[in-house]
This record gives sequence, structure tokens and C-alpha cells, in this order.
Amino acid sequence: MDFELLIVILVDGLVYSSYLFLVAVGLTVIFGVQKVLNVTHGSFYAFGAYLAAYLIGLWSRGGLPDAGGFLLILVSALILGLILGIIIERGLLKFLYDRDEHIVVLATFAAFLVLEDVILLIWGTDPYLAFQPLALLGNSEIAGLIFDNYALTMIALSFVVAYVLWYGLNRTQFGRILLAVIYDREISMAMGINVTKVFLITFIIGTFLGALGGAYHAPIISVQPGIGVEVIVLAFAVVVIGGMGSIPGALIGSIVVGIARAAAVHQLPEIELFVIYGIMALVLIFRPEGLFAPIKARKI
Amino acid sequence: MSRLLDKTFWGLTAGLVFLFLLNFFLEEWMRTIGLQTLARGLVAIGLLVLWRTGMVSFGHALFFGFGAYTVAMMQIAGVNDIFVLLFCGTAVAGLLAVGLGFLLRQYRAIFFALLNMAFSMILYGVLAKVESLGSTDGIGISQVTFAGVKLEGETYRMGLFVVAIVFAYISALAAHWYLKSTLGMMTMAVRENEIRVEYLGYSAEKAIHAKYIISGLLAGMGGVIMAVTVGHVDPDSMVYWPVSGDFVFITILSGTGNVGATFIGALVYELLRTYAFEFAPEIWQLILGGALLLIIMFLPDGLWSIRSEWRNRRAIAKSRSSEDQAAEQGHD
Repeated sequence: MDFELLIVILVDGLVYSSYLFLVAVGLTVIFGVQKVLNVTHGSFYAFGAYLAAYLIGLWSRGGLPDAGGFLLILVSALILGLILGIIIERGLLKFLYDRDEHIVVLATFAAFLVLEDVILLIWGTDPYLAFQPLALLGNSEIAGLIFDNYALTMIALSFVVAYVLWYGLNRTQFGRILLAVIYDREISMAMGINVTKVFLITFIIGTFLGALGGAYHAPIISVQPGIGVEVIVLAFAVVVIGGMGSIPGALIGSIVVGIARAAAVHQLPEIELFVIYGIMALVLIFRPEGLFAPIKARKI
Repeated sequence: MSRLLDKTFWGLTAGLVFLFLLNFFLEEWMRTIGLQTLARGLVAIGLLVLWRTGMVSFGHALFFGFGAYTVAMMQIAGVNDIFVLLFCGTAVAGLLAVGLGFLLRQYRAIFFALLNMAFSMILYGVLAKVESLGSTDGIGISQVTFAGVKLEGETYRMGLFVVAIVFAYISALAAHWYLKSTLGMMTMAVRENEIRVEYLGYSAEKAIHAKYIISGLLAGMGGVIMAVTVGHVDPDSMVYWPVSGDFVFITILSGTGNVGATFIGALVYELLRTYAFEFAPEIWQLILGGALLLIIMFLPDGLWSIRSEWRNRRAIAKSRSSEDQAAEQGHD
């Protein structure tokens, strides 16, 4: 394999990794704290993509500067995080925390089906395009191949998100409370932590991250029905590979998957679709807790 | 022997006879709904068998798709008889379950669910790329023969329906008897306390492996029936992850109380899906999802629990009235 191809695979892989990371990190945050494998996350992604594409379309038709698109992406993710996050957590999950984990997954699957149609009702079946932010940044040439600068900014955004989450979890008051809740929900409740509030805030953050993934992705994809279905299994795979509930795990998991997929696309396109799930199965077989799952103390 | 001929046996037998007679009066579209009900119901019985151990698979579309695509591959090879197809589709899926079972029996809870899902997505990825099987467009299934006999027109679908109900009857009964056997009963013990089961001298893993094979066989058979009914197989409607989700949906809907209830649940699902699609095509998923949420919230043990609930109430009312009588007699 020649050197140029290696660079191409690396850059392509990192772009894809950052896309996966942005989607998967919200899922892993929610799983880590609430122990809920949230299928609705696919809808958060789809909602983010639709709202951002819609707003960017309105914005540029109004003749406003294209750079505002980035603001709109952030705004739509924030709005959705608050609205959807509160609706799903307060309206659904609240009632299910003491139920069997499979039932909770299935309930989020049901909510996912409902939200899929809500998206169709709001935005219809026609695809939306929001190319303005993409066009604004132009492109650059790496190893003889043209890359969109916008896609490259996604890598930077992923690192920012990863750093902010790491800092928030390890260096702030709320992060310490969160760690206590993750470790033992009942004891932290006894210590006077308002677990209900912690759960709600975490879920809003997770929803925001899912929507942000979709919104930031909107300019480089065609926003159409079915994007949520596709994304959620990918996110599952990444989260399982890295270790469920681990943020560094999600980062490593998405890099592994992203580069493996890029290598497959350039070298062996036939296996592109299942290489990800192949890795997922291998990881589950040899390290079922994920590559980087935190070591857990055994509780009696 | 009389232990085996219980209420469920008579219920299933009555259902078989009823459906056999009904077959002559059904309209074409009803028969299609019936066939799809039987196909999905079979998979859901497999999931029920697993659920009794407290295990849920989010990837049984793997075996379902395996059965369905076996039909496609055998037709390419020139084999076209429904009995051969049913046997081979079921056997191939069963063999796959035997192999994967050695691995999957070591997993519990969410890991079991997700590893199944990973395998089903691998099959999806492979099928979407195999061009001789039509990749994402899928491939058509031509009309089958019945032990060499070729049926035409309406009798074809009637014949298909008879074959499907007979096979579903036999499978459901076998699953029911299995669940009543020692090995079957043990699985509930595995759910409650696996370590204790091991100390009693049984192997929990072997029990789970047996269940996994049964569920694989049933899902493979369901796949064959579905493929022949629809006349077309493609990765999106046979192996993609929401297909597995639908199977779990049916299991929740029916509850794990009884294998017969699973067919009722599957019928409710099929009608819900057909009518929602017919009358509200924009919101059919919303209706399905809404129904599932209502069941989870208000009927956590599925439709079957309505019956036991009703029974309990009657029993309570009965004991109350007899207490009242006793009290009255005391007054005298």
C-alpha cells in the first residue's frame, strides 16, 4: 500500500470517526448515567439534521450571511436538547427506571417509531439540503484528493466536545455528583443528591449531543427520511466497541470503526457495510465489556 | 400422556380446525394477513422461549432472514417444493443457531441482545452486497409446488395456508410441551437464580443453548413462510434491525404466558400494521409505536394478562360472596 493512500484512508477515516463520535457520545453519556440504551437517540440525530437544514434554508433565503449557519446549528441542537430531552425523560423514562432493561430499550424503540413519523409530519418526505456552510468553507487538497474543509472542522469539533465532557465530568462539581450517581444511585440519594434532577440534566445533555451530531452533519448529507434508523445502529456499534458508558471508549471506538471503514471503502468496498458490525461482534466475543470499559467494583 | 393434553393443546387444536375450515371462506387479502401472522408468530414463539429465561434478542431477524434467503438460494438451485424448502430453511437456521449458540450462551442481559444484533447486521451487510441475490433490491420468489403437485390460482394460496397452519400448529405444540418439560421449566429457575441452578447439578448454559436453537429453528421456519407468502426477499424487510424490533414488539404484546397468545398478539400486530398503513399511511409508525408504549405502560405482561386479571377478579368476587354467605349464616 502506498503512502498517499494511507494518508487518504487516515483523513477519510478521521472524518468518519468524528461523525460517529458526535452521534455516539450522547448515547454513551445517557447509558453511563441512566443505564438506558436509548434507541430514541436516532430520532434526536434526525431531528437535529432536519431542524438545522430547515433553519439554514430559511436563513439563506432571507439573504443573511452564510456564516450564521454555524450559529443556527448550535441553536437548533440547544432547542431540541431542551424540548425533546424533557419530553422523553419526564414523559416516558421517568416511569420506567425500575423496569427490566429490555423493556426500557423497547419503550425507547416505540418512542423512536413515534418520532420518526412526527418528523415526517413536520417536514414531509422531500429531502432537505443545507449546503451553505459547506460552500462557505471551501475545500483543500490532501494527498491528491479533495476534502471539504467543513468535514475537517468536524474533527476539531469532536475533540472540543470530548474535552468539554472530560472536563465537565472530572473537574466540576456537577461532574463529581454525576460520578457518585453512576457509582451508586441509592447511596447518593441518601447523601442528599437530587438524582431526579441529575438524570434530567444528563438526559438533556445527551439529547443535545445527539441533535448536535445531526445538525452539524446536515450540510454534508441529504437530509431525508430514514437517516435516524441508519445512525442508531452505527452508534450502538461504536458504543459497544468502546465500552458502554465510557466517553474515552466512545472516542477510541469511533476512531477504530472510522478508520476500519475508510480502509474497507478504499481497499475492499464489498465489506464496507459489515466491517463495522464485524468489529462489534469481535469485541463482544473477546472483550464483552468493550475495549475501554471502566473497571467496576463488585457490589453485593 | 394426559398431562400433555392440557387446555393449551385443545386450544391450539381447536384453532387449527377452525382455521382449516375458515380457509375456504377467507378472501385473498385475509389469507395473506393470516400467513404473515403465522410467520411472525413463529418467530415470536421462539423469542417467548428465550424470554422465559429473561433473555431478549434484538437480532432474530438473522434467523428469519436466513430462512427466507435459503428459499431464494434453493430456488436458484432449482428446488421448488414447499416441504423441502420448509425443512431446509428451518434446518439451516437451526444449524446456525447451534453454532452461534456455543458463543451466545455465555452472554446475558444487554450483551446477549446486542451480540445478536451485531450478527444480524453482519448478515444484512453481506446480503446488501451479494449481487447474485439482488443486493439491496432483493430477489423474487416464484410459486412453489406441494409435494410435486402444482396448484393454480386461488387454490395455491389456500394450499399455502393449510401448510402454514399445520406447521405452525406442530411447532407451537412442540414449543408448549418443551416449556412444560423439566428442561423447559428449568429456564425460569435460570432467570431467578442461575448459580443455584448450577449447584443443583444442571447446566444453565446448556439449557440456554437449547432455547437458542429452538428459537433459531422457529425463526427460520417463519422466514420461509414469509418469503413464500410475500414472493420477494430483500435485506431491508427481512434482516434490518427494525425487523428484529418488531418481533420483540409482538412478544411484549402477547405476553409470555402462553404460546397460543403469541399468535393472537401477532394477529393484532398484523391488523394494526395493515390498517394503520391503509388508513393513515403518514402516521402508521406513530400508531404502532403508540400502541407499544401503551402496552408497556398499562399491560406490562401483555394481552394474555387481561385473561388472568379477569380470572383473579372473578376468584376474588367469588370468595367475597362465599364469605358474605358464611357471615349471614353465622347471624342465623
